[in-house]
Amino acid sequence: MDMISNLAMGFSIAVTPYTLILAIIGCFVGTIIGALPGLGPSNGVALLIPISFSMGLDAISALVLLTSVYYGAMYGGRISSILLNIPGDEPAMMTTLDGYPMARQGKAAEALVVSGVASFVGALMATIGLMVFAPYLARVAYSFGPAEYFALYLLAFCTLGGMGSSNQAKAALAAAIGLGIAMIGLDKTTGIPRFTFGELHLMDGVDFLVAIVGLFAVAEVFHFIESHGKDSAIGVKLGKILVPWRMLRQTFGAMMRGTGIGFVAGVLPGAGASLGSFLAYMAEKSVAKGADKASFGKGNPRGVAAPEAGNNAAAGGALVPMLTLGVPGSGTTAVLLALLLTLNITPGPLLFAERPEIVWSLIASLLIANVVLLLMNVPMIKVFVKILSVPAWVLLPGVTMIAFVGIYSLTGSSFDMLMMVAFGVLGYIMRKLDIPTVPVILGILLGNAMEDNLRRAMVLSNGDWTYLVSSPISIGLWIAAILGFVAPIFLRRLLKKPPVPQTAPVMNED
Amino acid sequence: MKIWTRAAAAALMMTVAAPAMAQECIAPANPGGGWDFTCRQIGRIMTDLGLVPNMVQVTNLAGAGGGVAYTQVVSKRGSDPAVFVAASSATTTRLAQNAFAGATADQVRWVGSIGGDPGVIVVAQDSPFQDLKDLVEAIKADPGSVAFAGGSAVGGFDHLKVLMMLDKAGFEDMRAVKYVGLDGGADAITQTVGGFTQAMTGDLSEITGFIRSGDVRPIAVLSEKRVSGFEDVPTAKEQGVDIVAMNWRGIYVPKDISDEDYQAWVEKLQQVGESEQWQTVMAENGLEPYMILGDEFQTFVDANIAEIQEVSREIGLLQ
Repeated sequence: MDMISNLAMGFSIAVTPYTLILAIIGCFVGTIIGALPGLGPSNGVALLIPISFSMGLDAISALVLLTSVYYGAMYGGRISSILLNIPGDEPAMMTTLDGYPMARQGKAAEALVVSGVASFVGALMATIGLMVFAPYLARVAYSFGPAEYFALYLLAFCTLGGMGSSNQAKAALAAAIGLGIAMIGLDKTTGIPRFTFGELHLMDGVDFLVAIVGLFAVAEVFHFIESHGKDSAIGVKLGKILVPWRMLRQTFGAMMRGTGIGFVAGVLPGAGASLGSFLAYMAEKSVAKGADKASFGKGNPRGVAAPEAGNNAAAGGALVPMLTLGVPGSGTTAVLLALLLTLNITPGPLLFAERPEIVWSLIASLLIANVVLLLMNVPMIKVFVKILSVPAWVLLPGVTMIAFVGIYSLTGSSFDMLMMVAFGVLGYIMRKLDIPTVPVILGILLGNAMEDNLRRAMVLSNGDWTYLVSSPISIGLWIAAILGFVAPIFLRRLLKKPPVPQTAPVMNED
Repeated sequence: MKIWTRAAAAALMMTVAAPAMAQECIAPANPGGGWDFTCRQIGRIMTDLGLVPNMVQVTNLAGAGGGVAYTQVVSKRGSDPAVFVAASSATTTRLAQNAFAGATADQVRWVGSIGGDPGVIVVAQDSPFQDLKDLVEAIKADPGSVAFAGGSAVGGFDHLKVLMMLDKAGFEDMRAVKYVGLDGGADAITQTVGGFTQAMTGDLSEITGFIRSGDVRPIAVLSEKRVSGFEDVPTAKEQGVDIVAMNWRGIYVPKDISDEDYQAWVEKLQQVGESEQWQTVMAENGLEPYMILGDEFQTFVDANIAEIQEVSREIGLLQ
């Protein structure tokens, strides 16, 4: 009962008319920030920190505002993924795979509602998980060492092959490009810069947000210019919004699975929302069968529900290590951590015991933000869609401008903007060659962390590779990784034989 | 619809209404780190004390461990009297190791330091090492048996702390010392509590929560005298290893501002350092008073850099 009384205390602090207005504003701003390419949750929250100070907000109000923006951005990222095929932020990347095809088939409204509900389910369950398990979950981080993290990233890479539904070799090529880009920058294990050519801006490597905005948004602009708008992502029509109950029922399992996977990925510092949504998508695809499986990547609603539930659950999960250990699990939680520190609140193992009013009002404000966001993102989704449905000649320059501003706000240097354009060219070429761009991002995103952990493991074990498989967790992850790599090869043969007539109509639909 | 238009207008105003003409503090890292903390606290106190007309605007200019901000201030903001930059031992470490693409410490003016974060060496609660001597003996016997985790990359200040400590303790083979660099002190702690590394080195402020919760046990603090609030933690000096490693928190300003402007910054920083708010911030965050200002600080920085260069050369990080 302790929890309920704590929660009641949290609500009693967090629920005032003033904070509710802040929550609504925060959710609205967050959703827009999330939906705009280049402005992701982390720079959105970072932009708002000085504003919350200049407004003279106290600790609780500032937390309510910024967590609303955080969750709002996690919701908003999907809107441009689905309607424009440009992910609004990095965790929304996986949503483009099925969300955009759904929109092309005239099911944009369904995709938005399903993903909105999935976001709600993921975020709500994760907040409850945070509430109930946070003190225990903090211990999970202690059982993940370099070997275990390496195995976790390996698992992600082993399932990557199953993603490029058309041509696996091209997906592998794209992942290799991403891994190559990940090599750029200061090597943490030796302190020596690699492939930087003396350029200071390359010392920290390539920011994946630069890569995402370049590969998706800028490449889209090039494509649009070439085709004069024909066959472009811009201009998907949105019909009347009806709640597709049947589709929600069908995808409920996917949402729950995505939530579970996403939450775990969020709780592990260093994994984060992108890995959460990726693994949620791949897991959902691997449990699907026959024609259902073949339709992933071509507009399967479950391919929208799973990663959206996954990335929102990961956003909640990432608060666990941030609050209980002071370890930010993602870029955004790093910014929230900064806010807490500035308010003289030091997250760590004692936060729950020493400052319960902060923790519980934060949890209460997350729950409030979630409900507000569900209302904003399902019944009122048209408001946000309107922003994106202006004519292409307005929208495209606008998106380009915001992308440039957003990227500039990352480090405040023009170098990143040039690099973004270079990624745009790369994205354009890859699109011409029909090579998927998502694996490039995953390579950049995961490659660094995977290498760092491998090298750390080798330092700790004096170069003994058996260290990599020396704990039950890492052995389990290795088995999953090997199965994830090998199983599709055999399963494909088994599945291909009998149901040829079954899969054929689905293929034609494309 | 009207309320939405209004909300949208409010939203838009919120995102663009960064105060113009304000004093600006550049934090050369992303939000959440020590430099960001320095900027936000000093900025907040300057505003509270009325030392600046507006709120101090914090700009995060991340990259190359502070190098992007440093070169940018040197090349583009050289005479801007309204900007100051957060700095710490990491800044001088990198300058000493020539990691800022040829930039040198005399290209800016060093204003001062108003606090120091004492270095600390901790082990997991159930570790067999009871004091610094145990740890040093174990490393002397078998360097491979002890791995350190730290929040900075190889060659960074956390790594140097370990090396300087072992150097002073009479251990010669620096390359045999095992060190893994993680993303920040808290991350390094989880690896040590989890038993993946045998010891952890970092700044005291990063670790206070974990010490008080009992997850880790500090075996030495690398300061001149014992730190208030942690009186039961012996210094390395007491244990016979003559090392002090304070991660000072201070600021620098562009080189070409007038002497009056420079003096004005020194005075402002002094007022912040002497303010009650700053004492509270220090107490809450495990910082120790460490006030060096003006010309004295310029001298301190030069000495600091010379010392780091010597150690870096000894261990082969610098030719």
